[in-house]
Amino acid sequence: MSLQFLLDGVLSGSMIGLGAIGVTLTYSILRFSNFAHGDFMAWGAYAALAVVGALGGSTALKPLSFGLPLLVALVVAMGLTALLALALDWALFARLRARGQSIIVVMASFGASMALRSLLEFIFTSRPTYFSRAIQMAQPVGLGIKITADQVALLITTMVLVTAMALFLARSQRGREMRAYSQNPALAQVVGIDVSKVVRTTWIIGAALACAAGVMVGVLVQIRPLMGLSLLLPMFAAAILGGIGSVTGAVLGGLIIGLSEAAAVQFIGGEWRAAVSFVILMAVLLVRPMGLFGVAER
Amino acid sequence: MRILDVRGLVAGYEPGLAIVKGASIHADAGEIVVILGPNGAGKSSLIKAIAGLVPVSGGQVMLDGRDITGVPAHLMVRQGLAFVPQTENIFPLLTVAENLAVSGGVLPRAEVAGRVGEMFAMFPDLARQSRLMAGSLSGGQRQMLAVARALLVRPRVLMLDEPSAGLSPILVQQVFARLAEIRQAGLTIVLVEQNARAALAIGDRAYVLVEGREAHEGRAATLWDDPIIAELYLGQRRAS
Repeated sequence: MSLQFLLDGVLSGSMIGLGAIGVTLTYSILRFSNFAHGDFMAWGAYAALAVVGALGGSTALKPLSFGLPLLVALVVAMGLTALLALALDWALFARLRARGQSIIVVMASFGASMALRSLLEFIFTSRPTYFSRAIQMAQPVGLGIKITADQVALLITTMVLVTAMALFLARSQRGREMRAYSQNPALAQVVGIDVSKVVRTTWIIGAALACAAGVMVGVLVQIRPLMGLSLLLPMFAAAILGGIGSVTGAVLGGLIIGLSEAAAVQFIGGEWRAAVSFVILMAVLLVRPMGLFGVAER
Repeated sequence: MRILDVRGLVAGYEPGLAIVKGASIHADAGEIVVILGPNGAGKSSLIKAIAGLVPVSGGQVMLDGRDITGVPAHLMVRQGLAFVPQTENIFPLLTVAENLAVSGGVLPRAEVAGRVGEMFAMFPDLARQSRLMAGSLSGGQRQMLAVARALLVRPRVLMLDEPSAGLSPILVQQVFARLAEIRQAGLTIVLVEQNARAALAIGDRAYVLVEGREAHEGRAATLWDDPIIAELYLGQRRAS
């Protein structure tokens, strides 16, 4: 039996986990489920593609399939995706949030998701595209597992981003303020926390990480307008499995979902892949609604 | 010297439904001012309105001669006004030290660690538990943490909403004794309380609030025996 599915699971789980960080932060701080979050991934990937194109294409840093232009594009695209999220909040979500009915904000995010997706199809067509069409040779690392240089680079990038995120939330003043606000918004104001800064930081982090996840999907698989939508359910399942508000939980939840999906493909059949997230989501909601790292007291 | 001056304040959660109906109170430098009143008199709403947490539709709040009426709640700390709510006044999933540090965002960054250390020196019981989640503290310790968090930013006025709520009589004594100590440092304290006897014991002046406005003002030391107060509010308690 090949254990290759473990690596596949960890890779897709990393991308789901990165996306789930934004989902969990948006839910715990802004108090709504943002169904447009997957589209930040797609917009991020296309933004990076556009920047790579503007920089004159990617000269690969062997043995990777990509080069410095993609790294520059990733940073620029993270910034652009953050701007997109801030603009969407200014134009839509903030106005609806002020009315205090979160279900309206959730519905608006559905609409925003469709609009963002359609706009991508309009600009770039629905045909899949790629950062690179080069074929990489995978190297055996034991236990029947083979890994490519791209996959190693993306796993390292994920670890760096997640560690940086965890340190930011744990050690920085803004990180403390975000955690405090998610626990008690009224008290947060009393202690002098500027809510608008917390909200802006939440959007910037969530969108930037979604962009990073989108670029990774683009490097490893392909770029298409529907890429975010197809990862939306796994991201929500990961965020809920990990416990709403927990970054560690979101990443661990992502890895569990990714591994479960890969195991389902290996042992049951590829057609069951999409059902796994749904089954895990239902099981968590029934058995432990607060998730792995969530707490009942909020 | 008058630090806090509230003139004819009108406030309420819904437009047209005022809970505070023209209340006027003031606090001088270094004073402990107690606000008493029966349930539903609008005591909590009054200090929440002063703190920017309840919409104000009329009147004026002056702090140190500056008009702070309608200033958003998160900017009140910067104006020098700190508020300790009655319940849920700490962040249970932050550590004790983080609860203190989180309010330091209004101070220069270099000062925060030093101020946290000063608060731990003032409240050694909290220092011993600095790394524990604040949610695991006892009721009295939570109240002390909330007070320490408010003091960290060096406010001119500290307002507390029923600090004795839910505490045992011994803890109430400890909390009030600590407030009296804090006042020695020159801080002005405004205290809303149901526990009139304990509050008046440390207070300088007191107001009795009835139906959203002050019905009586007097020296805290003599208020307990004032027959008007007995009629307005305290009769049943004193009989017991």
